[in-house]
Amino acid sequence: MSSPITKITPNRPVFEDNDPQDELITLNIGPTHPATHGVFQNVVQIDGERIVSGVSTIGYIHRAFEKIAEHRPFYQITPLTDRLNYCSSPINNIGWHMTVEKLLGIEIPKRVQYMRVIVMELARIADHIICNGILGVDTGAFSGFLYVMQEREFIYEIYEEICGARLTTNIGRIGGFERDFNEVAFQKIEEFLERYPPVLKEFEELFVRNRIFIERTAGVAGVTPEEALDYSWSGPILRATGVDYDVRVVSPYCSYEEFDFEVPVGTNGDVYDRFMVRNAEMYESLKIIRQALDKIAKEPAGVFHADVPEFYLPPKEQVYNNMEALIYHFKIVMGEWETPQSEVYHAVEGANGELGFYLIHDGGRTPYRLHFRRPSFVNYQMFAPMSAGMLLSDAILNMSSLNVIAGELDA
Amino acid sequence: MDKLTNQFIVDNLTGKFGQDIEILGEPYDLLTVSTISSRITELLIYLKDEESLRFNYLTDITAVHYPKQDKEFAVVYHLHNLFQNIRIRIKVFLDGSNPTISTVTNIWKGANWMERETYDFYGINFEGHPDLRRILNMDELDVFPMRKEHPLEDPNRVDKKDFYFGR
Repeated sequence: MSSPITKITPNRPVFEDNDPQDELITLNIGPTHPATHGVFQNVVQIDGERIVSGVSTIGYIHRAFEKIAEHRPFYQITPLTDRLNYCSSPINNIGWHMTVEKLLGIEIPKRVQYMRVIVMELARIADHIICNGILGVDTGAFSGFLYVMQEREFIYEIYEEICGARLTTNIGRIGGFERDFNEVAFQKIEEFLERYPPVLKEFEELFVRNRIFIERTAGVAGVTPEEALDYSWSGPILRATGVDYDVRVVSPYCSYEEFDFEVPVGTNGDVYDRFMVRNAEMYESLKIIRQALDKIAKEPAGVFHADVPEFYLPPKEQVYNNMEALIYHFKIVMGEWETPQSEVYHAVEGANGELGFYLIHDGGRTPYRLHFRRPSFVNYQMFAPMSAGMLLSDAILNMSSLNVIAGELDA
Repeated sequence: MDKLTNQFIVDNLTGKFGQDIEILGEPYDLLTVSTISSRITELLIYLKDEESLRFNYLTDITAVHYPKQDKEFAVVYHLHNLFQNIRIRIKVFLDGSNPTISTVTNIWKGANWMERETYDFYGINFEGHPDLRRILNMDELDVFPMRKEHPLEDPNRVDKKDFYFGR
């Protein structure tokens, strides 16, 4: 086969290449196209319905987080991490807290770790709900999306009980949480564990054996494990190819090693397998939350942060009435921390893959350098090369099953 | 197979590369080595293909700017051995005037966008990269914004200066 004819030239307006007499048509998908589910652009050349070549253009919502982070104290970077993968911001928040705690050598009480596990697994479910729901929408099955979206709403209500916010949560603090889970939060988590499995079952029955869905997704955009590793894929899409790489298992954080759960893997790495892996992961997450609740019940109640007064803000009434608390408050707010000069890489299993924080600290008030290893960014670069030769409608499905979140893509 | 240890990796690499490998330490158990820019491709291929090392997964490429150092830029590679779950960090220090290093896209295709991002923010030239152009910033930008000489805030603002806090 001869090499594909491509006339897309980087840095030139696309219409200059677009000769209406030509047999190939240049098509813009995005930046704001409903099928991209986010602000990024793909310029593809199509021959009929088949994609000949494509170029991805990203960076439409680049907000220079790495630069801003070099000018902010640690606790003010948490709101930036919210806006990376905004579908599962608690994972980003807690991943960042853990990075700083690793740098400072803070020991976190078990109960706080289990609380974090609950929040992170809820976030994973919320993220997978979106991805699988949208995948359904893209294949033409709208109703399943609505069933599960209600449950995502319920997860947001749990967030609200825990931290007061819904989407960009800013959850937790360095050293623990800003407050304990209240009674309502625990009740709602219990209620979620009750009510979600039947909904998920119903959702999955709409798809798993559905002939239209299988024909649209099975065998579409299959990726071999070698290719996936070559492109540094991680997360559910890597596991769909059959590689059982899960950061929660290989380098456990937050006591994940104490939990009993399985890492679902696929075989073909196609869109159907990715759907199935995410679906199975939601059940595993529910299992983890159940275990975490049981573990919390055995821990001493009321512990919601580590005993590190030099890094954890004291309660406000203490600040007004207690000298030491006032000093600590002042030192934390003004950035007078005793911090080691070191560098640390910490990775968590985000909803899309390995979310890494590479922090270089020179002992000042702000990080010297902070780099986010963003799974969407790394995963998405294979999209344009793998689209060549694919049907346009399959490429759309492929894109939505990669679950690219524009905020994480662009940082 | 025995569990791979940092000490084994250090011995293996110094045996193979001798003077060109410098051990920078093991902060938080992550072995950090540095090498010279002319041997980075060789080192990465060796780390990937050598039977006893097998760092098969490229986690991340990024850069750091140290304006006060002789060699201003550091390109940082994070590799991961997925078979035995051990990570390594490799740093290459580059001159400030025209930081150039050879690409690793021929070893891992996933390096493509990571290198483009590094180029975009730090202006590191990755020689042999198939498509080295800006990725997140606009094409018309004529600076490399993550370099330390570009301040984020108004530089005349003094109320947050370190000397107010005895530093």
